[in-house]
Amino acid sequence: MDSANLDQIIEQHRGKPGDLIHVLMEVQHQNHWLPRDVLHQIAEALNIPFSRVLRIATLYKTFSLTPKGRNEVHVCTGISCHLRGANKLLDAVERATGIKPGETDAGWRFTLDTGSCLGSCSIGPEIIVNGTHHARMTPAKVEDVLKEYQ
Amino acid sequence: MSDVVMQIDGKEVKAGGDMTVLQAARAAGIHIPTLCHHDKLEPFGACRMCMVEVETRGRMSYVVSCLYPVAKDLVVRTRSERVDKIRRVILEELLAHAPNSPELVELAREYRADRDRFDKDPSFCILCGLCVRYCAEVKQKNAVDFIERGALREISFIPEIAKKECWECQECFALCPTSYAQAAYFLTEALAFPGRRKASAQSA
Repeated sequence: MDSANLDQIIEQHRGKPGDLIHVLMEVQHQNHWLPRDVLHQIAEALNIPFSRVLRIATLYKTFSLTPKGRNEVHVCTGISCHLRGANKLLDAVERATGIKPGETDAGWRFTLDTGSCLGSCSIGPEIIVNGTHHARMTPAKVEDVLKEYQ
Repeated sequence: MSDVVMQIDGKEVKAGGDMTVLQAARAAGIHIPTLCHHDKLEPFGACRMCMVEVETRGRMSYVVSCLYPVAKDLVVRTRSERVDKIRRVILEELLAHAPNSPELVELAREYRADRDRFDKDPSFCILCGLCVRYCAEVKQKNAVDFIERGALREISFIPEIAKKECWECQECFALCPTSYAQAAYFLTEALAFPGRRKASAQSA
């Protein structure tokens, strides 16, 4: 994320402590994670103690304090997908990517996470890659789907 | 606000209209146990030890007295079988985290709480928030705060701020019911800005 872009986001909210979550979400959205020096900048601009910024940034699962891979893979482990074999699906995704939920691979290609529920029970079991839903997934199809994301 | 007359443990009590039940009780010399209450700090309602039974217009409920405002004709009971049971379970849960905290052990004796009822999970912090709130409200330094959420929630000294502010203060250590604030600070010091203690001991 270039710093001009970042400055623009932060400047829009300068001096407004109540905008903290908005700023964090915008930065998270563009940068995919929240570096500590950016959190310092936000604290300073919004006139909030740095500890409170950290408290909010660690409270919500939306925010990541560690870098994420280029592609974010979410495997649904909600009850509907679970009954339709989400465990085997997750195993296949772990094999294909070489990482466990919460991890990022060494080449920054994938970050893997689970979620329950991802909200599309009628088309489960599903995985979401970068916001795109892949419905009726099977362990056999995983490889082909992930191939599209480099 | 005008004064109200209410009843606490069968005693007529006159209280200021903007007081809480806890303040009214203490003013009348009636003891209610607390863990997260501090006179200099805003009420927090974290520990739930001050839970009392209140009755208004024939309806009974259980409320935390440190947050509950006084009201006309309120009937408060600070000890009853159910109040004691609530406090006992709270203590048993807290003792799983901090089994040897003197304050908790003392209260456990009074409420016959079983220290070993729940499996031990010694986090040593009972999340009363005294250190966090004292640092924010009284000292206004915000060097320590809660991080994470739910079962993972814990206090954390922020190295960037703690390095500058904590050396001269360290006042939160004495507030902590379990000494965990002190331990957390020293761990932060050891990890983030070690050496200062030794240097100052040598120069002294």
